[in-house]
Formats: sequence, C-alpha cells, structure tokens
Amino acid sequence: MTEARDAILRRLRANRPSARPLPPSYQPRYSPAPGERQARFTERMRAVQAEVIELGEEGWVNWANRELPRRKLKRVLVGDHAEGQAFAAMADPSLSVSAYSEQIDSWKSRLFHQVDVAITGTRGAIAETGSLLLWPDASEPRLMSLVPPVHIALLNRQQIYPTLAEVMAGQNWAQSMPTNALLISGPSKTADIEQTLAYGIHGPQQLIVLIIDQTSGLI
Amino acid sequence: MNQTEAFKQRIDAALGNQQVRDNFRKAMDGLMDKRAEALQDPEELQYLRDQAAAVRAYALANLPELLEQLEQRLLANGIEVHWAQDGAEANRIIYGIIDQAGGSTVVKGKSMVSEESGLNDYLIERGIDVLESDLGEFIIQLANEPPSHIIAPAIHKNRHQVAELFQRFFPDEVFDADDIEDMTALARRILREKFARADVGISGVNFAVAETGTICLVENEGNGRLSTTAPDIHIAITGIEKVVARLEDIPPLVEILTRTATGQPITTYFNLISGARKADEKDGPKQVHLVLLDNGRGEIHGDADFIDTLRCIRCGTCINHCPVYVQMGGHAYGTVYPGPIGIVLEPQRQGIDRIGALTSACSLCGACGEVCPVEIPLPQLINQLRAEAVDAGRSRSRVHGKGSLRKPRESAAWKLWSLLYANPVLYRSFRFLATRLRALSPKNTGPWTRYRSAPRPAARSLADLARQDGFERD
Repeated sequence: MTEARDAILRRLRANRPSARPLPPSYQPRYSPAPGERQARFTERMRAVQAEVIELGEEGWVNWANRELPRRKLKRVLVGDHAEGQAFAAMADPSLSVSAYSEQIDSWKSRLFHQVDVAITGTRGAIAETGSLLLWPDASEPRLMSLVPPVHIALLNRQQIYPTLAEVMAGQNWAQSMPTNALLISGPSKTADIEQTLAYGIHGPQQLIVLIIDQTSGLI
Repeated sequence: MNQTEAFKQRIDAALGNQQVRDNFRKAMDGLMDKRAEALQDPEELQYLRDQAAAVRAYALANLPELLEQLEQRLLANGIEVHWAQDGAEANRIIYGIIDQAGGSTVVKGKSMVSEESGLNDYLIERGIDVLESDLGEFIIQLANEPPSHIIAPAIHKNRHQVAELFQRFFPDEVFDADDIEDMTALARRILREKFARADVGISGVNFAVAETGTICLVENEGNGRLSTTAPDIHIAITGIEKVVARLEDIPPLVEILTRTATGQPITTYFNLISGARKADEKDGPKQVHLVLLDNGRGEIHGDADFIDTLRCIRCGTCINHCPVYVQMGGHAYGTVYPGPIGIVLEPQRQGIDRIGALTSACSLCGACGEVCPVEIPLPQLINQLRAEAVDAGRSRSRVHGKGSLRKPRESAAWKLWSLLYANPVLYRSFRFLATRLRALSPKNTGPWTRYRSAPRPAARSLADLARQDGFERD
C-alpha cells in the first residue's frame, strides 16, 4: 500500500514540470442587481420544471396544509427540529407527518417506499444557475432531499446570492466544509436515451421551492 | 492481425451500421447546438477557458504536493485513502474493502476510471452483484457493451433498441416501447430497490480539492448521490490528475464543465463530499474510501511534451465536435476513451506499439483544440504522436512504443523527398523528368485511388511557365 504511494509520488517528483503561477481569483461575469436575483433564480428553476412559489404573507405551514392534501402527498417527512415539530402539531388531519429522528439503518426501506414528500430548509440559493444550497445535518439528513419522490425546499428571499464563487468566498466555505454540501438545480433528470430529457429518474420527480421572507411566520 | 488492420476492421464494421451512425449524428448535432447556445459570448467563453486551463495547469505543476495535502485532509475528515499504481491494484483494493465488510451488492455511479481497470468484471467474477445505476450505463450493462461516449455511454442506441433490451431482461414489466419517459420510469422502479438494499456504493470523481479534502461529483440523475449516500460504504475511484489546489478553483471548472459538455448552466446535482457519517448524523456512509489510481498518468506527467493531456476534465466536448468520431462512433476506437482525447491519451497509456494506429483517425481539422474547455492543444498532440509513431526524430518525448509504426518504404519515400527538395540540381532534374514522363505516372496508387483519381504531374512545371512569361529566376 505505502509501496504504491511512494512509487507514485516518486515518479511524479522524478521529472518535475515547469512551475506555474497560482491562478488569479475567478471573477464571474454575472453580476445582477439585488432585485434581479430572484427573477433569474425563478426563471432558471422553472426552465428545468421545478415549481417556484412565492408565499408572500402566508406561512409555509398554511400552504402545506392546503396544498399537500390536494396533491395527494399525505406521508410527509420533516426535519428533526422545532419547526418540524411545530408543523406536526399544526398539520391537517389528513396528513401523516413524521420527523427524521432515527438513524437511517432502522427504517431505510420505509424511507424509500412509504414517504411521499420531504420538506427541508436551505442555506440559500444561487441566482446565476438557479440552484438551491443545502448543507444536510443531523436535523435534516442527506437522504431527505433525495429519496422521497417530491422535495419541498424553503428558500429565504434574502438569501439568493449571485454566483457559487461569491457564496463560497462570502461564507468562507474553505474553512468550514460540512460532511456533505449540495447544489440542487431542479428535479432529477436524464437524457441518456436519444439525448431526450426525461424528468424524475432516481432522485425526486418534483422539486417545489417555496420562497419565504425572513420575517414570515409558519402560518 | 496488426493493430492497423484491426482498427480498419473496426472502422469498417462501424461505418456499415447506418442505424448507429444516424444515432451518433443526431446526438452529436444536438450536443454541439446546446453548447453553442450556452456559450454565446466569446469573451466570457475565453475567460472561462483561460481560468479553467490555469487551474488545471497549476494543479499538475504541483501534483505530488497536492496529492499529499489531499490525503492528509481526507484522513482528517475521516475518509480513507488508497493508492494504486495500476488497474489491477485498484481492483484488488476495492474488492478487499467490500470483502472485509462482508458486502455482496454494489450500486455504481458513472466512472470512466473504473472502465480502465475493468472493475465490474473483476467484482462480478468474485461473486459481487454489481449494478450500474446511471441510466446510460445501466442500458449498456444489460447489453454487455462498453460505453461509446464518456458522458453519454448509451448514445449509440435509440429508444427502440433500449426497449428491446428492457423487454428481454424485464419481461414482466409493462411499458410503452416508444415512450422514453415510460422507459425512464421503469429504470427508476427497478433501481430504486437496489439503492435501498446495496451494501456498497462506488462512484467516480469529477474534482478532488486538496485544500479541504473534498470529493466533487457532477450529475443529473441522483444515482450518484444515492450511490454515495444510501449504502453504508462509499468507495470513490479517481485518476491522480483530478486534484485541484483550492476550493475556489471549483466554480470556474464546474461552470465550464457543464456548459461545454451538455449546454446546461449547471447539472441538477453538484455533490461535495468531505467526510463519512459523523457520530450525530443519521445517514450517509459509515465508511468513505478514495482510491487514487496512477495507471500510466505518472509517466505522462513526466513527459513535458504531453503533460497537457492530464488537464482533461472528461467533459466529452472534443468528442462531440470530432468529424471522425461522429462518423464511426465510440466503439470503433476499441479503447476506454474515444475521440480526440482518446487518440491522445490511449497511445500514451497503452503504448504506440499497441494502439498508435488511432492517431490516423483524425483529419487535423482542429475543432477539438478550439472547443476544449481547458485548452489542451489536442491537434498538436495528435500530430506529435503521429511523428512519434514513425519516430520522425524531432522529440525528446518518452512515450512508449516510439517508432513502432515506422514503415521502411514510407520512410525511404520521405527521405528521397527531402533529398530532392534540399538540392536544387536534383530538384530540377526531378521536375524535368516528372513533367516529361507524366504519361508513366501510376493510375492506381492503392487506398488513395479507391475513392479519388490518381494525381498526375502537369505537362510543364510552374517554374517553366513562369520563365516563359518573362520571369528570370527559378
């Protein structure tokens, strides 16, 4: 094992290529006015068949209680945190709400087969590419945004940033990378047959983004 | 049969299949259009290319240090690191990890590096159930064929050919054989169960960040995320060249990768993995392994003439724009990597004596070099490999099998040509004879005259005509 390591490194050092300068910092060309970011994000998301809904005054719990029964999304998975518990307490009686409170090992099959929709928060979004930023953690684990057929993501309007480069630099990702960081830009899709787009292959078949305000309540 | 004959046979077979040629033409036209639409501003494109090329060149210039830093950061993040000099060693390492954990089922995300080592066959021979989960890879695994394109592996098949495969392997499933969405839904049903049960997930790597110990994966389907998140063990395999120095190097690379490859502003998922499941976390693999594979890359890295080959980010753009690839498709190359990057990489990896004939599958049109997002001078490298193949004697390259395609008659012909053109007296005599004896020039010159008429010297040379018109000197 170390034998291979040493041999590989030795070979790489035996004939050193000429030195190269450290590349200058990348300056993305895209620089929208703050007011344009949401429009760009929404346009990009809708172009890949994601639903983007601006909630305005209404809280997301109210929206979920109205829309989820109508869309027949009854088995709802929420994060293991106060907001998730609050939703469970206020949920429409036709919904069955559970929190991601156990290690996956004991209920993996149930997650794959008996959850209709998961609701997660986000760390914000990127306007240029129409991408949601997620850092899954103990309260909202990785599989939530991946396994259920519908993913509902809550996005704070004040957290739509212009580009990935600016988010990484502005939030100092290099010093604080989590176990898993994700950019999600639409429902899962493939073009592997005849280069023809088909949505909903292995990940969620639908992505619904609810844009909320920092100040808005749950209701 | 020598490699040139074998290559010709593969080309003839490919050109004879009109269906497959139509499939390629349609797909490549589509990919070229999408790229053009996504990169309309030439200044922005050039800026992105310069930036991406600089990032990759810097990484290669500091490769051993960056690999050590990557290893150290990964270990600190709880990711195990393995080094393999060749494909066989990588296969042994990966099987060892699976075997030690008592695993028997594997779901795989797309990885061209694992094609280099023949990983699937190796594991299957040892009783491991290996399932490719990318839709294209899933299709060609059913068909028992290698990928024909590095980012669109089943591009040589149309929907009817896919439907036939599905009918053969899943006779109980009901689906509309003309409906791509319906077939996609079928693949979802079948693979979902596998994701839920697999012991191990295997993936490739798009970029590895030395600064943070992060594995980056670009994908649209979610199979890559499932393979790297749902099973208890995740094994990633990468070539040693895929490392970059800093996290801030990633945005320009991922941006140009997705825009140039498929014309998407970004793929559906961009997955940055920097660790295994932590104590308080509820899902994700309990073990993450990264296998760093050399497999000839160290040799290329040490060759100043060819090191740029290793900048490649495997976007497939050179392939999409290659007028030779579009005619004969990916399988005719007979190598893991087809198209211009394959022509450059494979003879270096395997030796010119084994696969140098690939260099003839190029019209030197230059399209690949023009579109390459990391500015690899592909046409120049192909041209130089051609020179290496016949040992034209002007390089210090150490590529394996140099001179192995040198033919005595061809080399004598060129020697004669250079003699004639270097000596005025000889040249004038040759010109005199060629024009006066033009009737004797051969009508049949082998392959050249198969589709063309034979060239014939003019009755009088240009120099004679010029002199006749009053020009004094030769």
